[in-house]
Amino acid sequence: MKVKLFYFAKIREAIGVDREELDLANDIKTVSDLIEVLKGRGSHWQDMFSMSSSFRMAVNQEMVEATHKISTNDEVAFFPPIAFFPPITGG
Amino acid sequence: MSVHLQEKLFDLQSITQTLKKLHNSGASVTFEGYVRDFDLENENLDALELEHYPGMTEKALLEIENLAIKRWHLDDVYIVHRHGKLNVGEPIVGIIVFAKHRKEAFEACHFIIDFLKTDAPFWKKEITNQKSYWVEAKKLDDEEKKKWN
Repeated sequence: MKVKLFYFAKIREAIGVDREELDLANDIKTVSDLIEVLKGRGSHWQDMFSMSSSFRMAVNQEMVEATHKISTNDEVAFFPPIAFFPPITGG
Repeated sequence: MSVHLQEKLFDLQSITQTLKKLHNSGASVTFEGYVRDFDLENENLDALELEHYPGMTEKALLEIENLAIKRWHLDDVYIVHRHGKLNVGEPIVGIIVFAKHRKEAFEACHFIIDFLKTDAPFWKKEITNQKSYWVEAKKLDDEEKKKWN
């Protein structure tokens, strides 16, 4: 199963990758399974994906939970929690 | 109804004048946010680096416009948001709402900026003359959003 992966902001910088395509094994069914694969790459990957509070994910540009099932040709993105807060734009 | 993601500066007044010709509105309300030189924890910021998720950002902003249009009777909604490196004092986000009456226009504009800050995939790096760092998400914005429930 082929998927496109995108990484943004702090995560992108930490792992040094902004996008990639992966051909996943048949036993990878959910985003959670995919995260385990990424953590297996070690060092920065392990650091970035160990704490569920430090990242969010989207499949085909919709925010999802880690239990979300992935399908072939899905676009999966990982990024930090969305970061605006009032003092920035005078709001 | 439209959303615009761009690196370049925008001129909200001229956009408002252009859109005004398309509608028989009784009111427009515009919000323009600027890059400040301070935030809650730091002073003397020089610039922001704003990263977003192309495609998802446009979808998220259109969804916010749709929520506003379902809630209020509006003639038009326009959102422009910049990304990339933004210097202190420059505009970062602009919202224009056209409606028959001021109440709808004011409320919808306020609603849109509150939702934009929690639901759109932007990440902000602050740059001072000493360092640069990613800003962590804060809970404050969710409080702003809850008042619309």
